[in-house]
Amino acid sequence: MAFLTDRKRAVGWGSAKSGTHHFWSMTVSAVALLILIPLFIFTFGCILGSSYEEVTAYYSRPFPAIVAALTIVVSFKHFNGGFQTMIEDYVHGPMGKVCIIGMTILSYGAAATGLFAIAKLAL
Amino acid sequence: MADVNRGNRPLSPHLTIYAPQLTSMTSILTRITGNALIVAMFLIVWWLLAAATGAESFATADALLTSWFGDLVLFLSLWAMWYHTLAGVRHLIWDQAKGLDLDTAYKLGYAVIGGSVILTILTVIII
Repeated sequence: MAFLTDRKRAVGWGSAKSGTHHFWSMTVSAVALLILIPLFIFTFGCILGSSYEEVTAYYSRPFPAIVAALTIVVSFKHFNGGFQTMIEDYVHGPMGKVCIIGMTILSYGAAATGLFAIAKLAL
Repeated sequence: MADVNRGNRPLSPHLTIYAPQLTSMTSILTRITGNALIVAMFLIVWWLLAAATGAESFATADALLTSWFGDLVLFLSLWAMWYHTLAGVRHLIWDQAKGLDLDTAYKLGYAVIGGSVILTILTVIII
């Protein structure tokens, strides 16, 4: 086994059948962000710089809150996918896996934090 | 596993031997802007969490985001956001196997750079 090359071990098994999944999920989130990002830039941009009372009142309205929540969830998912591709290109071996796992944890953690914050502001 | 040391044999040419071109630079900028945007996203999540926590913590987060440093980071992120968005659209076009010839690729490259600058200025004016 130890003398087999990577290619030799892969021959005959066919494809993994999930090769395009990552590409497709990036495409879907990219199109979703194409809609969300302009909405988020203008809703967040409008309220940044306002007072505490104005900000909390603003994010208790449905539209800014839903736009912010969706943008946070989809953009962290998209970010995580893109980061994974970058790591796969530049970092190899166990270190690459550590980077991908670490950033995945960070992405989901940040998304959950953002969702919690918006839920608390909105409700 | 078969991670055999095959010796330090010469590799095929890598990035470093190529002269910078519009196509390669706009491509790598897509990756740089996309990954750099995490800074702005973390700042915004922190700002939202602070707003959800209370007036005092909001004041701290808001002071940083609206300081000259926060303005600089958010302004650069705004440009990065538009650049990455337009470059993403370019990728969606390329994914349809369209616009891959050199001439169109260059035109799209200029459109992405120019478009991102124009959109950034427009956004700053509107906001």
